[in-house]
Amino acid sequence: MIWCSASQGVPVSTSEPRNTKSPRLDFLEIQPLPTDKDPVPDKPVTAEKRETAESMAVRQRDISISEFFSKNRHLLGFDNPRKALLTTVKEAVDNSLDACEEAGILPTLKVEIHQLEEERFRVCIEDNGPGIVKAQIPRIFGRLLYGSKFHTLKQARGQQGIGISAAGMYGLLTTGKSIAVTSRTGSGKPAHYYEIQIDTRKNRPQVITDKVVDWEHSHGTRVEIELIGTYKKGRHSVDDYIRQTAIANPHCEILFSVPGCDTPLHLQRASTTLPPEPRSIKPHPYGVELGVLIRMMKESSTRQLSAFLQRDFSRVSSRVAQEICREASLKPTANPRSIAANEVERLFKAINTVKIMNPATNCLSPIHEEQILAGLKKEIEAEFYTAITRSPAVYRGNPFQIEVGLAYGGSLPADELVDLMRFANRVPLQYQQSACAITKAVLGIDWRSYGLSQSKGALPIGPIMLFVHMASAWVPFTSESKEAVAAYPEIMRELRLALQECGRKLATHIRAHRRAAEEAKKKSYIEKYIPHIGIALREILGFSEKSENDLVGTLKDVLERSRSK
Amino acid sequence: MTKKSVPSKKPVLSGSKMVLKAIRTSAQDIHRKILARKKPTMKFPVRSLSNVRYHPQRGFFEIAGQKKERTLTVNTVKTFAQTLRMVALSKELIENDDIATKREAYYVSKNWEEARFAEQPESDTVMDDVEAYFGVNREQLGFIPEEKGGDVAGRLIVIDHDRDTGRKLRIDCTKFGSGAYSIPISVEQLEFETKADYILVIETAGMFQRLVKHNYWKKANCILISMGGVPTRACRRFIRRLSDSKKIPVHVFVDGDPYGITNIYRTLKVGSGNAAHLNEYFCVPQASFLGITPQDIIDYKLPTHPLKDVDIKRAQDAIKNDPFIRHHKDWIRAIELLLKMSVRAEQQALAKHGLNYVIDTYLPQKLRHPERFLP
Repeated sequence: MIWCSASQGVPVSTSEPRNTKSPRLDFLEIQPLPTDKDPVPDKPVTAEKRETAESMAVRQRDISISEFFSKNRHLLGFDNPRKALLTTVKEAVDNSLDACEEAGILPTLKVEIHQLEEERFRVCIEDNGPGIVKAQIPRIFGRLLYGSKFHTLKQARGQQGIGISAAGMYGLLTTGKSIAVTSRTGSGKPAHYYEIQIDTRKNRPQVITDKVVDWEHSHGTRVEIELIGTYKKGRHSVDDYIRQTAIANPHCEILFSVPGCDTPLHLQRASTTLPPEPRSIKPHPYGVELGVLIRMMKESSTRQLSAFLQRDFSRVSSRVAQEICREASLKPTANPRSIAANEVERLFKAINTVKIMNPATNCLSPIHEEQILAGLKKEIEAEFYTAITRSPAVYRGNPFQIEVGLAYGGSLPADELVDLMRFANRVPLQYQQSACAITKAVLGIDWRSYGLSQSKGALPIGPIMLFVHMASAWVPFTSESKEAVAAYPEIMRELRLALQECGRKLATHIRAHRRAAEEAKKKSYIEKYIPHIGIALREILGFSEKSENDLVGTLKDVLERSRSK
Repeated sequence: MTKKSVPSKKPVLSGSKMVLKAIRTSAQDIHRKILARKKPTMKFPVRSLSNVRYHPQRGFFEIAGQKKERTLTVNTVKTFAQTLRMVALSKELIENDDIATKREAYYVSKNWEEARFAEQPESDTVMDDVEAYFGVNREQLGFIPEEKGGDVAGRLIVIDHDRDTGRKLRIDCTKFGSGAYSIPISVEQLEFETKADYILVIETAGMFQRLVKHNYWKKANCILISMGGVPTRACRRFIRRLSDSKKIPVHVFVDGDPYGITNIYRTLKVGSGNAAHLNEYFCVPQASFLGITPQDIIDYKLPTHPLKDVDIKRAQDAIKNDPFIRHHKDWIRAIELLLKMSVRAEQQALAKHGLNYVIDTYLPQKLRHPERFLP
């Protein structure tokens, strides 16, 4: 009901294929789902049996993941045409940046949005990344939940391997056009051009075109998707997203062309340092769930509980392992595979009573204060900048790190709500602001004590741009469309502390600024009002104009001196 | 009940020359200080209830010693400049024998560029400061108030002078019919002729109208004066001069509420905190309080309204801080009774017993026992 309903303004022709290159559209036929109008009586009117368990069993079968998402596209960020365009750009850019950084290449991205019709666009994203080997291209772009990032605990923009293939799927479903991919892995290698479609029933790629082409670049990937969308400026716009990406990734260069603008916008590189490569880590014992613990013990290759704890978790030394075993009243030499369920529960509880070092943080790649400042200064004209990177912390065994940047004054509008930019692993979060832990943390702070005005339950008001970044091996998003961070207490705490620290720095600046303004005002007071004392005394005493001038001069001097004391 | 009348003082208008001299002297003082590279200072008496003393013998609020200093610094430069310009304006007015209302003075300041006043209350405050600084009446500085002085009817002949010819004008206050004589802004030049037994001072214009309409003054052989709320300086001065010169008692008839007692009556009798430096002239120490007393509310079974929060605060504040109320046990008892009943009664509440009950019953009954009046 979601993909093809006319009310959504997504015209899809199922009768005549637009493309003679045989795009298969038969899977687009949608069976009507029961609607609210169908009567659903609480109790059967008659005792007659309509279905048997057996007859129902005939219809019970696997649901393909692609089929599921094609019916629930809002979960992936394709709820409306405007958001669909943004999500498509975003998924492609995220992938490109991840790939470049992993390969140690300073990213140069080309983002093009071509308007074909009123609501029809062609989005092209090109990077100078390492490219993709030929055999993988169809799988990466033609299959949901296929990727390299899901199984490792490591900070990356992408997580599940849904994004780009979902964008391709959306494009296909709304325009009937395949996703086109050009990729080359090196100067000695050929460039491959693919046109791929996704078979939603089977969650398998279908290659429509596969050929070798000439390509000007020695390595990199170009993705082209045609889709129904809406291009608008302002909040939640692609422009906003690109700008924020440039702020959070000062090491990347973006050439951005939009409809109605001849020359592409060139967002310069502000730093030539690549962020250090994050490493994958083993899970940390804190916060690992009981079920996960049981599974890990079952699957462990170790023979002894103590060794299991040390080898399959991070930050467990032999001393810590002994302590956990003692707390759980379990033998360190016990075989992890033969421990009873109630004993695992004891172990689970014991883990949380033992003090364990925080997880290694080299799996995190924070932006760092100076890079945040570089990004902010590059894109925002303000009079005061500050940034803070907190030490890493842990929620549910996942290391994470909070960073906050702040720009104040200058060209920023003074009487509007604070412009809050949220980032997770360097990716700007555009939607669901109010559901996000970052927003909640900002709202939870009394900004009035830092010299801003704030109404109850609202964002503060002032010429401020707030930049909040959460880096984590696993960012807890509230949904697959990755729009809002879940509010774990540990995350809230770190956010609050980081925001407060920035707030204090801001308050110092504002106070100094006000003092200076006050000084200037007082100085101008002398200039303004002393002459009137001269005028009044002259009117009363009737002395000469020269005496008046002398008097005013003397008085100004006396007051200036007393002020500077 | 007659109060010992206060010996009459020298008229306030002691000559504009004195004021001009005082202005010159202070300006010279400031000028000298500046040339000596010192920061000039102006000293003002603190104008508030906290800085007054009640003199039972003399019968008015007298300013106590507290003074505030305004030294010329960066922070005070604006007010200092404005004060001096106001003094200069005053000098000009006196020299040209002209006057300016408070509002006009405010508009004159619009010529002062940055030193202009944004709102009239600002210029009024500076004017009051100047007045207190020189210890004179603002009329002597050439500034006159906007407000009306009060209305008079009854057995009184006011003797004024024709501005052009200087001839004496005899104004018979019995001959205004249903209207009344208006107290002028300056009353120092007036003389009086009367054979009235007492002066009845009334808070509201409504009650005044009723008494005038029914020629109450004829029957009671008295002078009726309407204050219309807190009495203006001119009104206070008029009553004072009339009472002093003709030796007749003053009875005050106001609403039975904290405002009527502690603001209107108290200001009439002993003056205000704000003009404490001038109270000596602008008060009527011989006045006594006829009603409506808290006891009247009970005795006459008057319809009442509950005290509002501001009333309660005002009453409590008076018991705690007002030197006049604190001096009189009778007043403390009366106000405490009012607070205990937590009600207030207006003059017009007497209409419950008939519109002319006040004329036929209430006033005659009260006047038979002046010893029961509150001090």
